[in-house]
Amino acid sequence: MSAIEGLETAHHHDTEHEHHHEAPNFWQKYIFSEDHKVIAKQYLITGILWAVIGISMSIVFRIQLGFQDANLSWLKPVLGGWISDSGKLDPNFYLALVTMHGTIMVFFVLTAGLSGTFSNFLIPLQIGARDMASGFMNMLSYWFFFLASVIMFASLFIQTGPAAGGWVIYPPLSALPQAHPGSGLGMTLWLASMAFFIVSQLLGGINYITTVINLRTRGMSFDRLPLTIWAFLITAVLGLISFPVLLSSVLLLIFDRHFGTSFYLSDIYINGEALPNVGGSPILFQHLFWFLGHPEVYIVLLPGLGITSEIIATNSRKPIFGYRAMIASMLGIAFLAFIVWAHHMFVTGMNPFLGSVFMFLTLIIAVPSAVKGFNYITTLWRGNIVFTPGMLFSIGLVSLFVSGGLTGIILGNSALDIQLHDTYFVVAHFHLVMGAASAFGLFAGVYHWFPKMFGRMMNNSLGQIHFWLTFIGIYLVFIPMHYVGIAGFPRRYYQFTSYDFTNKFMDMNMFISVAAIFTFVAQFIFLWNFFYSIFKGRKAPQNPWRSNTLEWTAPINPGHGNWEGELPAVYRWSYDYSKPGAKEDFIPQNIPYSQTLESNFPHENELIATEKAIESQNFNDQFKNAH
Amino acid sequence: MESINYKVEKEPQETLAMDPMKFILWLFLVSIIMLFASQTSAYLVRRAEGNWLEFEMPRIFWYSTVVLLISSIAMQWAYFAAKKDQFKQLKIAISITFVLGLAFLWMQFEGWKQLVAMNVYFVGNPSGSFFYVFTGLHGFHIISGLIVLLFSWMAAFRLKVHAKNLRRIQICATYWHFLDILWLYLFVFLLTFN
Ligand code: HEM
Ligand SMILES: [Cu+2]
Repeated sequence: MSAIEGLETAHHHDTEHEHHHEAPNFWQKYIFSEDHKVIAKQYLITGILWAVIGISMSIVFRIQLGFQDANLSWLKPVLGGWISDSGKLDPNFYLALVTMHGTIMVFFVLTAGLSGTFSNFLIPLQIGARDMASGFMNMLSYWFFFLASVIMFASLFIQTGPAAGGWVIYPPLSALPQAHPGSGLGMTLWLASMAFFIVSQLLGGINYITTVINLRTRGMSFDRLPLTIWAFLITAVLGLISFPVLLSSVLLLIFDRHFGTSFYLSDIYINGEALPNVGGSPILFQHLFWFLGHPEVYIVLLPGLGITSEIIATNSRKPIFGYRAMIASMLGIAFLAFIVWAHHMFVTGMNPFLGSVFMFLTLIIAVPSAVKGFNYITTLWRGNIVFTPGMLFSIGLVSLFVSGGLTGIILGNSALDIQLHDTYFVVAHFHLVMGAASAFGLFAGVYHWFPKMFGRMMNNSLGQIHFWLTFIGIYLVFIPMHYVGIAGFPRRYYQFTSYDFTNKFMDMNMFISVAAIFTFVAQFIFLWNFFYSIFKGRKAPQNPWRSNTLEWTAPINPGHGNWEGELPAVYRWSYDYSKPGAKEDFIPQNIPYSQTLESNFPHENELIATEKAIESQNFNDQFKNAH
Repeated sequence: MESINYKVEKEPQETLAMDPMKFILWLFLVSIIMLFASQTSAYLVRRAEGNWLEFEMPRIFWYSTVVLLISSIAMQWAYFAAKKDQFKQLKIAISITFVLGLAFLWMQFEGWKQLVAMNVYFVGNPSGSFFYVFTGLHGFHIISGLIVLLFSWMAAFRLKVHAKNLRRIQICATYWHFLDILWLYLFVFLLTFN
């Protein structure tokens, strides 16, 4: 880019930002804010509200599964007609609950709530930028998500009930209103909501990628980026590539539902009468869906892994083990994520040879995953571990990732999957590795960055109690669930009274349900701690965890623009913990090597020569001062 | 010696890689590419299963392709004119682009009518449905391209596009060329796998 053009864009930024930041009124400041930190909090609060709704749903169907004779009349004030006069849950509504639970948790909580919160909050703060590349798009992204939320929420209250075809919405079940009450208006609203959701994710993701690549502060080269940022970047790329494919599949489904095309439908008889649709293929939908669906599970997990890397290194007071290997394994996982989707389709009558190819590719994912697991453990090894709640949840994440990943390897074998597919074994697998692990990532992130978000600390003891109850509760729920799955319990069944073999496991199901309720109740400790601390928590110090990353150099309550005066310059990576010879056990990224002669390695002394050059660069400042 | 080497190597590491707005545009194009890539692969997967209606593409789609190509050339002309501050040419060129874009849309619509006359409907064998979906989705993007063009057109007539303010027209031209290439891809694809 020529110098003149560079100046021109710099100038453009100035004018663009000045005119709508002069005197932000209430609406601009808290509602239609373009400040990434406010948008992050909007995502977080919305995500938490959705989590409460989504998890409550799971408690309702867990009661149904564990206690088939329970009288649910007490739920009538909330669920109304979905509870029969004799206190039974409506079987159709059971399916709707399972579907909405999956949709809400996967997309609204662990995608929007997790990426939306931490990518938004941490990317500008950790790379030393004033804000996202486009604050306006970022604001739109949240409000599209909000719109999607409103539509999805509304669908819970319509007379025919919300969508009920599972979170994967396979046609023909989802395509034909005759198939299920929820496949009528409920499904229409589901599709509309998800279309807006996809737009929101694309707007957000495009912004994250652009910001990370173009708006890093001086000195912040790619090999000095914290692993959190790497994880968010890769997550956003995954989303950018896979969400349009979901849009595609949703679009064709909409045509099938509302215009009578036959992309997914063929030879269907209802009550002995043939439908006019011929020539479609329901398997086609599965291909399209899982091409998104598998990357989606990593979209959910990778931010958690990034957060964990950061927190584990900080609280072990040690450099992260294998920084480059961590990046390489994330890139490897991201690449492989696009070529393994058919492991969800082993039993669709796929050619067994093709099945073996996908099995092979699937099992390769275990390699980069294991690299990450080992690196976390070796980072912890002989560290001066500080057990903050954030750290506990990060270690918990590693544990869940390993135990859930192991069952993935079992499922990845196409022969074993014939027995295990669509049983509770799969449910247990992905709840450990995706659901619980990412939720732990979310908790870890909230505990760790709460001081930066709200300028106050969360209560430490409550955090510790919350961790132990949740950690134990999660395993009590999901370890037994594997056995239920191996025994052959299929997922998405209203009750198991029709078979003999299921009777033997009723007490196990009861146990799981009790454990689930226990874990659910424990989350109120978190909710209380979170909302109470926002207003009444102890005031946060500048750098509560003695961490190296740039966000802790910003003011405790940063304004829009993050840093007063100049943006910080970066001279080193973010993992200089317990460096031999150093005065403190951490050296923040903005400390030049020329100030730490006592702890520099020889090659770092050579870098001192470049510091002047780094200091004099300042092209990325979007608007010159915080305001 | 080595430290000097380092310096030379490190110095150009200016972290700003590109104009963020243009970068955003490119990422946006990636998402559109994925949308159409998934559509065309769905087409191939479905076609491989047999029961596939074959029909000849109406002639008018050849003509519309030519029209879109010419509009792309006009767009490039507009860009060059803006670079040289030749405002008159710029206005003419950008107007031609816009009109040809409209003409393209109209021809696509005529093409649909001819398909209907050939008894190839949106509702029916997926081969026809896909044809409508591809052309329709592309047409939808052309409409968005026309809106972008319209803004550039207005800016051009207010003399706001000139050699020192090229960003808007650059973004507009990139998007328009992209839509052109996208159509060429779809056109060749539909011809090859009819
Ligand atoms: C070693 C790594 C892994 C392997 C080999 C693996 C393998 C599999 C296989 C074969 C299935 C299909 C089972 C079936 O439906 O019959 C499956 C399901 C699933 N996996 Fe994994 N997995 C791995 C890691 C992960 C990770 C890291 C996540 C998420 C972060 C994840 C999330 C899921 C989800 C959500 C499903 C179920 C989707 C559904 O049917 O509703 N898996 N996994
Ligand atoms: Cu998968």
